[in-house]
Amino acid sequence: MNDVYGPIIREGLWKNNPALVQLLGLCPLLAVSNTTINGLGLGVATILTLVASNGLVSLLRKQIPEEARLPVFVMIIASIVTVIELSMNAWFHELYLILGIFIPLIVTNCAITGRAEAFAARNPVGPSLVDGLMMGLGFTAVLVLLGAARELIGQGTILSEAHLMFGEGARNLTIVVFEDYRGFLMALLPPGAFIGLGLIVALKNVIDARQKTKSAEINVVETVPAEA
Amino acid sequence: MNNYTTIIRVGLLLAAFAIGATSIVSLTEANTRDKIIENERQTLLAAINALVDDNDYDNDILTDTLLIPGVRKLGTKEFTNVYRARKGNTPVAAVFTSIAPNGYNGKIKLLVGVYYDGTLAGVRVIKHKETPGLGDKIDVKKADWILQFKGLSLTSPTESRWKVKKDGGDFDQFTGATITPRAIVTAVKKALQYFDKNRDDLFKEAKK
Repeated sequence: MNDVYGPIIREGLWKNNPALVQLLGLCPLLAVSNTTINGLGLGVATILTLVASNGLVSLLRKQIPEEARLPVFVMIIASIVTVIELSMNAWFHELYLILGIFIPLIVTNCAITGRAEAFAARNPVGPSLVDGLMMGLGFTAVLVLLGAARELIGQGTILSEAHLMFGEGARNLTIVVFEDYRGFLMALLPPGAFIGLGLIVALKNVIDARQKTKSAEINVVETVPAEA
Repeated sequence: MNNYTTIIRVGLLLAAFAIGATSIVSLTEANTRDKIIENERQTLLAAINALVDDNDYDNDILTDTLLIPGVRKLGTKEFTNVYRARKGNTPVAAVFTSIAPNGYNGKIKLLVGVYYDGTLAGVRVIKHKETPGLGDKIDVKKADWILQFKGLSLTSPTESRWKVKKDGGDFDQFTGATITPRAIVTAVKKALQYFDKNRDDLFKEAKK
């Protein structure tokens, strides 16, 4: 059990994170990560779509013709996105008014086609669903982190307009970090998104490199006495 | 020969998937259509009632509409719906959309409510692409700025004061953003001028 799902979880959240390693879905990622709440909103919508599309593609993987799999994936994903959008508009209208603008953006997220092709088309339904969930969570984590960083540097707050997502009670969730902050517009504009994402990717690489040297050192320590 | 059978097989499968996908989407659409229309009606009604109190009128405001052709003062060349509020048969207020064409980032769409006597019932921004954190304070969800229009008219303040403070008028601009409030103040003023000139036409009974 753990042997199957463990690696999938690590891949989605860290080792093969769609936003940091595969660098997929940059269009919505960069466009909507100007505040924490926007990032979270797009993240939630992406998780939904990714899980549904991975599940469906995996379920139909034996029927999908190898030669024409990409058009089929695109059709499946586009239908899922439309169905989610319509259902949300009908039954969760309040939520739709908030997340609605993010949903069409998901169609432009190639991370979803990417997972269909790379994972769901070759694996059973269970692992595919987990893969969708983990990739979605990994993507969301980066969105929220980038959103929070841009919001903090750009306007000196974190979680502003939380009530848009969590209702009126969440209005005071907003944390004003710098009182009387004059704002740093570039962080909120597209260049801020590129620079911010670049820094996060760099940070991940530094952490990975540290870990590599650490485990290498341990190996050295272990091997030296053996040679002596 | 073998090639052709593959092509035909794949083509047919693709067609089957297309039919499947389309059916699912159409089925969902058919099942959600009424609910979505009702939701949109409720949202529109809520937007109108945020401007004009629903105790102040007794007609069905969503059906008592007048379709007016594109008006320059309202910043649009397209037909616009005017929603009319009446009590008994007396006109109470008109609610219509108006577009400020000169926002920092393109058009800003406004919903403007004007009482019959020419005072503003209120203004709301319903669509904009202004800079987050700066120009987007025009959105009532982010700041109270837009609420100040309630109760104003072309005589209060006088027409020459319908400007942002930077231009010698009465309205606050935002730190770092003057263009956005300037666009809105101008658009609201023009909407009032339009209403003033066309008031009685706007409340004409709908043709039965």
